[in-house]
Amino acid sequence: MKIINIVEIVTSLLLLILAILAVSSKKMINSIIYLSFLSMLAVVSFVIMRSPDVAITEAVIGSGLVTAVFLFTLLSMKKVGDKK
Amino acid sequence: MKKIVAILFLGILGFFIFSGIYANDAFGSFGKVNLNDRVSNKFITKSVTNDNEIVEYNKSSNLETGSSNYVTSIVVNYRSFDTLGEVTVLFVSSLGVALLLGSFGGKLTLKYKANFILRVGAKTVFPLIALIGIYIFTHGHLTPGGGFPGGSMIASAVLLLYLSDENFRAKMSSFKLTESLMGSLYVLVGIFGLFTAGYFLSNFLNTGVVGNLFSAGIVPIVYVLVGLKVGSELTGIITDFLKEEVNE
Repeated sequence: MKIINIVEIVTSLLLLILAILAVSSKKMINSIIYLSFLSMLAVVSFVIMRSPDVAITEAVIGSGLVTAVFLFTLLSMKKVGDKK
Repeated sequence: MKKIVAILFLGILGFFIFSGIYANDAFGSFGKVNLNDRVSNKFITKSVTNDNEIVEYNKSSNLETGSSNYVTSIVVNYRSFDTLGEVTVLFVSSLGVALLLGSFGGKLTLKYKANFILRVGAKTVFPLIALIGIYIFTHGHLTPGGGFPGGSMIASAVLLLYLSDENFRAKMSSFKLTESLMGSLYVLVGIFGLFTAGYFLSNFLNTGVVGNLFSAGIVPIVYVLVGLKVGSELTGIITDFLKEEVNE
């Protein structure tokens, strides 16, 4: 078994675990961090599957901008939650 | 109980997908097709109208589309009308965000005070990120990447400046102007192709040798336009989201 196969298997298992964690975690902030980490690992799997175009787009949008937008939304949601 | 049902459902779904792909029953007929009959092969060898010839890097010249990255040659040349549609979708979504969140006129001041490391680090890293973004969308026909990732990189660089500098306030009017100007120029390039070569968004320039920077006809021009447009649009969206965090 080559090293690349081992990397592939580990990456896909970690992707599954992170997806389950992101859905089932109680705190929203943890779920956002898990999503960001999941898209970083998705970049690795896209590079292994030889699609660098998708990998670059995923790295910028999935783990950068989407995480920032989710964080801003979460921060402004907290203001509503504090009132009750 | 709910989780067990969900896991069972996922298992059944996964079994169907994997058996469909690997048992080769559902897609059996796709394995027996001659590749030369396929449209995708014509896209890769860059000759839809003529016979297929082998494309050599740095040698072949005057192909239908001169980009060596064949994802780009499909996205911006053969399917350029789809890219115009995607850009329009992004424009409509940024318009919706601006309609919902954009009713703010005051000065942008953040709640927290940015510390020293964030301020200096952002000023150091901002030109590098912006430069890589510009590199990615100007070399979209040679290396992986293109207008959308390059534009998003520029938007993330501007986001870094927003987070670090308290008094930084980008001139929103200039971003809006860039966005509308680039969209109009994209359509104008298409109409120019309609009048010179006969169909909308046709490649009316000389395509040059595969692999050079100045090759591929209108593909680099369109990618620069798309990159600037996407960058200004995403900057506008992020600014609208950040405005929610502003003191009144």
